[in-house]
Amino acid sequence: MQNSLPAHLKSLEAESIYIIREVVAELRNPVMLYSIGKDSSVMLHVAMKAFHPAKPPFPLLHVDTTWKFREMIAFRDETARRLDLNLIVHTNEDGLQRGISPIASGSQVHTQVMKTEALRQALERGGYDAAFGGARRDEEKSRAKERIFSHRSAAHAWDPRNQRPELWRLFNTRVREGESMRVFPLSNWTELDVWEYIRAENIPVVPLYFSKPRPVVKRSGALIMVDDERLPLEPGEEPRMARVRFRTLGCYPLTGAIESDAETLDDIIAEMRAATHSERQGRLIDTDEAGSMEKKKREGYF
Amino acid sequence: MDEAVRSAALPTLRLLTCGSVDDGKSTLIGRLLYEKRLIFHDQLAALERDSKKFGTTEDDIDFALLVDGLEAEREQGITIDVAYRYFATPARSFIVADTPGHEQYTRNMATGASNADLAIVLVDARKGLLTQTHRHSIIVSLLGVRHVVLAVNKIDLVEYDEKVFRDIVYDYRKFAEPLGFSTLFAVPISARYGDNVSSKSRRTDWFEGTHLLDYLEQIEVDEDRRAAPFRLPVQWVNRPHLDFRGIAGTIPSGRVRTGQSVVVANSGRLSTVAKIFVADQEVESAEAGDAVTLTLADELDIARGDVLSHPDSRPEVADQFTAHVIWMSAEPLLPGRSYLLKIGARTTPASVTELKHRIDVNNFDKLAAKRLDLNEVGFCNVATTMPVAYDAYADNRETGAFILIDRQTNETAAAGMIAHGLRRATNVHRHGLTVTRAAHADQKHQRPAILWFTGLSGAGKSTIANLVESKLHERGHHTALLDGDNVRHGLNKDLGFTAADRVENIRRVGEVAKLMTDVGLIVLCSFISPFRAERRLVRDLAGEGEFMEIFVEAPIETVIARDPKGLYKRALAGEIKNFTGVDQAYEEPEAAEMVLNSAQETADALAERIIDELERRGCIARL
Ligand SMILES: Nc1nc2c(ncn2[C@@H]2O[C@H](COP(=O)(O)OP(=O)(O)O)[C@@H](O)[C@H]2O)c(=O)[nH]1
Repeated sequence: MQNSLPAHLKSLEAESIYIIREVVAELRNPVMLYSIGKDSSVMLHVAMKAFHPAKPPFPLLHVDTTWKFREMIAFRDETARRLDLNLIVHTNEDGLQRGISPIASGSQVHTQVMKTEALRQALERGGYDAAFGGARRDEEKSRAKERIFSHRSAAHAWDPRNQRPELWRLFNTRVREGESMRVFPLSNWTELDVWEYIRAENIPVVPLYFSKPRPVVKRSGALIMVDDERLPLEPGEEPRMARVRFRTLGCYPLTGAIESDAETLDDIIAEMRAATHSERQGRLIDTDEAGSMEKKKREGYF
Repeated sequence: MDEAVRSAALPTLRLLTCGSVDDGKSTLIGRLLYEKRLIFHDQLAALERDSKKFGTTEDDIDFALLVDGLEAEREQGITIDVAYRYFATPARSFIVADTPGHEQYTRNMATGASNADLAIVLVDARKGLLTQTHRHSIIVSLLGVRHVVLAVNKIDLVEYDEKVFRDIVYDYRKFAEPLGFSTLFAVPISARYGDNVSSKSRRTDWFEGTHLLDYLEQIEVDEDRRAAPFRLPVQWVNRPHLDFRGIAGTIPSGRVRTGQSVVVANSGRLSTVAKIFVADQEVESAEAGDAVTLTLADELDIARGDVLSHPDSRPEVADQFTAHVIWMSAEPLLPGRSYLLKIGARTTPASVTELKHRIDVNNFDKLAAKRLDLNEVGFCNVATTMPVAYDAYADNRETGAFILIDRQTNETAAAGMIAHGLRRATNVHRHGLTVTRAAHADQKHQRPAILWFTGLSGAGKSTIANLVESKLHERGHHTALLDGDNVRHGLNKDLGFTAADRVENIRRVGEVAKLMTDVGLIVLCSFISPFRAERRLVRDLAGEGEFMEIFVEAPIETVIARDPKGLYKRALAGEIKNFTGVDQAYEEPEAAEMVLNSAQETADALAERIIDELERRGCIARL
């Protein structure tokens, strides 16, 4: 209910709506990157409001690495059906044929080929000049300095030293032929804001965020869920059932679960408030150097 | 993060930290996050690792590393950009913009200040006020920040001496007097050891004030935007179907309720608010900060960029005004050059017509200047091609602010704050003795072109040319239209329709068009011009790249069927001689810049294509 939204959530929502409308008004052919997670769910919910009673005038794009949790894919298709939106699913077929997978190729190559390159392909194929992403600045250090409207060269590269200043709410959205904008309407939200908003607005999210007994194995300190039979078990490795949930969702072999009893939104929020680990900890792609995300972004990772 | 339960009542506080290098800004922010237990274990582990690699503190954790983000700057040990931090206490959420202190980063500080309600000015207790302290305070004041906290840091290094603190506060108050801050709170702190950061320090028991965080949690910064006059810059017109025409935007100030009358600033048209949606909820009234969609009782012609207000307190509307600008581009500001100006949801070509003076941001002195370089601040006259609705920045930070965009590179070249409007007469354009071709064009914010429409009689040349001209005119461009009707009755009334006369006709038209492009016009010429050679002649006359041959194509059967003026009928009956397509050949263009098929698309769609092409060529600005 709108009226019961606390002041800080209401102003975050209004800011995000403003950003989304600005893109639609100023750019030629926008698309919304839909990654199925909680941030995407919030971003989509806000977009639905921004154009009410019309539908958002852009399609959703999901870059499918084929290694997402099965529940994510079911949730994605159900969401597109429920909201009657145009969902485009893109997979890097070439990468698939080359047999790229998080298991055979390792997380770095897999991310590079099946996410970064796949995204580039999809954006080029669609001729999009703007892509919305659900990233928040509180997620990670290099994001803290990224603009809300982040300019990308024709090669999709981000140049952190040459970003346009963002003054007031006057976004400079101008791009040349071939260049594009990545736009982050949730830049100023925190993880806690996202959960509080999901609760206040009753937004559906993938059930994987809620705790229940799931089969997991422990690998380099992380709990990996055995989502299907593609995950090779090492000798002596035996999946055990544990009460786990996820703080972020990605490719299942690369996403660490946390042990938790949080079964409801209230539980999650209570748990978050007591949390002592940052959100990206569950993502194995970040565990190398602190500057790793920045390097990936320069190359076109979202 | 168990303390992060926020009360719904207090709005988020957006604050800016400023100080010279090494005054301890990053340490202070890191300390706030640390003391509020907002640093997570894994971040803390990374921090300890990094402290060993890059840190400057010998033994303990270097909090600055937590907030200095990007790799490159970490290696150089400086903060080079604006970074945003988020934290919350039971009382309030905070967004902190952390910006660097060097002179060359004035633009980053202005960026951070543009959205801040409060600034923390850090001073090193050992050094007192520095040039940078003055500069930062002046920038903060220029950007309209009304609340300042003076944090006298490193108080541990002066033995917690009360007199050192008092002297700095005294000096600062004296300096800040003319800057128009509405509140100023001074506090002695040690960012490194935590004194007075989030609890009162016993080592400064002479200090009667509260600690920094407590002050930040309590302060009311809302200048009551709700009480200011209602404005709604139209961001987007929402037309899902014919029965719904929603005017969408975010209210920067004031309130609006259903049944109230509103006026469109530029056109002066009035209507009444029928419905209001805040996001997707229908409501009776809305206020500053709400993202709304309004419907009106009347079908008004409203587009993105218009501004709605109450009829009895309207914004100013002008095409010339004075403003402070902060220059943000490596290319200097040159008066007379054409930029794009974005104010609210309106983008329009504009130029700085006169640079009145430069401002020394270290002391607010006015200096004579012919140009502005990166990070310089100036006061100038600005002229726009279309009148824009605005308020003085001092009255409304959202409707009084603009940015200038470089038309070649698309970079954001300047931030501007409007002082007041000018009447045309007060600003007669000054220029040198010879007015160049480029100067003519610059003044009109366009690049000249000859749009040469060729094709059979009845193909649709004039219809399309007229549409293009009116579209250009609407956008504030300067055009001329030449066609048989206005040329044959005057300039060329001595000419007939023989092949020789046709050539002379076109030659004269070409010369006239050329003169018009010399003064910067976009010239639309609509002539059958059946011969390739004569079209080539005009092309060669025109400036490099300024000639656009537009072939309006329609099959002869179609134009004979259309025959709007009944000419084909008469020509076919032999009453008119030398009629193109009947008894005289039409030589189709071989390499026209554009080919338009009037049998397949509407004239309006074709006209739009020409507008797009002009934008693509940079003749006119994309809006
Ligand atoms: N003794 C003492 N040292 C401090 C204090 N605040 C910061 N420093 C040190 O001053 C240096 C510069 O601090 P930093 O936060 O990087 O400054 P910035 O450039 O303003 O961000 C670091 O070595 C800090 O540890 C303080 O209150 N007391």
